[in-house]
Amino acid sequence: MKRSNRKNRAVSAEPGESMREIQEFTLDELRHLFSPRAQTGETMVLNMGPQHPSTHGVLRLIVELDGETVVNCVPDIGFLHTGIEKNMEYKTYLKAEVMTDRMDYLYSIGNNLVYCLAIEKLTGLKPPPRADAIRVILTELSRLQSHLIWIGTSSLDLAAMSTFLYAMREREMILDIFELVSGQRMMTTYIRPGGLWRDVPAEFEAAVRHVVDVLPKRIDEYEALLTKNLLFIDRTKGIGKIDTATCLAWNVSGPTLRATGLAQDQRKSNPYSGYGQYDFDIPTQKEGDVYARYLVRVAEMRESVKIISQALDKLPYGPVIDNNRKFVPPPRSEIGVSMESLIHHFKLWTEGFTPPAGAVYSSIESPRGELGVFLESDGGPKPFRVHYRTPSIPLLQVIPILAKGHFVADLVGIIGSIDIILGDADR
Amino acid sequence: MEEIIQSAEKTITERFGAAASEFRGETTLLVPAEKIVDACRVLRDEFGFDSLPVETAVDYFPRTDPRFHVVYVLNSSKTHLYINLRVPVNADPAEIDTVEGVFPGANWREREIWDLFGIHFKGHSDLRRIMMPPNWEGHPLRKDYSLGYEEVQYTFNYEEIQSKKPRGER
Repeated sequence: MKRSNRKNRAVSAEPGESMREIQEFTLDELRHLFSPRAQTGETMVLNMGPQHPSTHGVLRLIVELDGETVVNCVPDIGFLHTGIEKNMEYKTYLKAEVMTDRMDYLYSIGNNLVYCLAIEKLTGLKPPPRADAIRVILTELSRLQSHLIWIGTSSLDLAAMSTFLYAMREREMILDIFELVSGQRMMTTYIRPGGLWRDVPAEFEAAVRHVVDVLPKRIDEYEALLTKNLLFIDRTKGIGKIDTATCLAWNVSGPTLRATGLAQDQRKSNPYSGYGQYDFDIPTQKEGDVYARYLVRVAEMRESVKIISQALDKLPYGPVIDNNRKFVPPPRSEIGVSMESLIHHFKLWTEGFTPPAGAVYSSIESPRGELGVFLESDGGPKPFRVHYRTPSIPLLQVIPILAKGHFVADLVGIIGSIDIILGDADR
Repeated sequence: MEEIIQSAEKTITERFGAAASEFRGETTLLVPAEKIVDACRVLRDEFGFDSLPVETAVDYFPRTDPRFHVVYVLNSSKTHLYINLRVPVNADPAEIDTVEGVFPGANWREREIWDLFGIHFKGHSDLRRIMMPPNWEGHPLRKDYSLGYEEVQYTFNYEEIQSKKPRGER
């Protein structure tokens, strides 16, 4: 068997030989990660996940236990690695955008937005004010639906089942708005370089207004179920503590960082899409435990509602996409009457646009933290290198710090509280 | 605000022989490979760049000298400024010092770069594959790693590709 000839191939294809077996780690290989007591059998090394409902996707934790207490745990990721960054290098800028939805599937609009912001930084495209306002509304709605999923699933982990059902009910209203504007409930690809795919339909304002009116009362209902619930407080207060310095050293951002007392938010510190004109606060807490993260996220949902209602009040009229025909396709009505438009359309759809060579980094605030894109162009029609700086990786990385010394049951609550998306981490 | 970037640029350029450039309002410093850990430490301790949001690499194949750039984006939690560092890495040996000692969060980022680009980080505490299975061959994000389509056979390279085909003759 000539192994060298089969480089770069995962699947062995010798006739008669089935898929190459996936090697497993042995305890010997991971010896440096566990305490010496694991070798003697004094502590137990167990496997948690990847198929486990409380790991929120396909996260595998190798947990070292002393009785019921977590001595150490080693997160193992990559089960959802789909090579999106590699694939994007083989597609034109517009086609590659479709793949960005699939990473953080609860914040797909934000994934589109940060990619488009990077392209806009590279090319100098300028989205019109209406496009910016709609981007803000949609990303905040997206943040709300992500937090709704989080409040549902993380309280489900702590055996508070009813919140989950209510949260899914409210999330449906938001997904209906996404379907209204783009035809898709989750993977919208609605935000495009230079603006939006098309203007929102006439029903949009009323639908968003309904969410803005209804949601604060519903958030009160969740709070009534959880915030002063003694069982919930017992399971969350003092569990999974982390401090600001550790967060910064491990690059943790978002609500987990803000729950330690540092008010860092990309929407305030590096405003994008006109966030500077809206009046909102950055909720913080001091304790840095699971309960603090819960309070921060619930307060954040209220702030999101505030931002949406302000953006809706001063939603300007006008075009929703930049007019630069070298980057933005002409409208269908123009193609029939203008030769230039026809040529531009043809060029954009066959070859794609060519931004100048160079590398940029742009970032936004995702529900989980700083979501950034490092985009390098070589002057060709395809991105030379796209790297997504995803907030889930640092969060997964600090699970051992959060979980040490707690019970296995609390480990479940800790994983729920940091709100990880494995599609976001593995890409 | 901008003064911090300028003085950081000046310090790193003078002390470590870095080359500064600016593109779209972002400052990028091209730092020699052996100075990267010191440069990160100086930026963290003297200029307040206390977190490392991004560490990634770019492959410039078929260029070999240097073949890769390892890219670091540093952020300051006080001033909210960003600064980019770039380190050229040769094709053979593709290795560079780890910055894990300065930013512990670089651990998984460097594992990812090792996994997907095959750049070895000297002194890393736990350099295992992170995305791909442990027994994977090759490093997928390298430019000479094909995406998985079938390669087109011409007369001049027929034999070579035929020998690599899954059910081809060997």
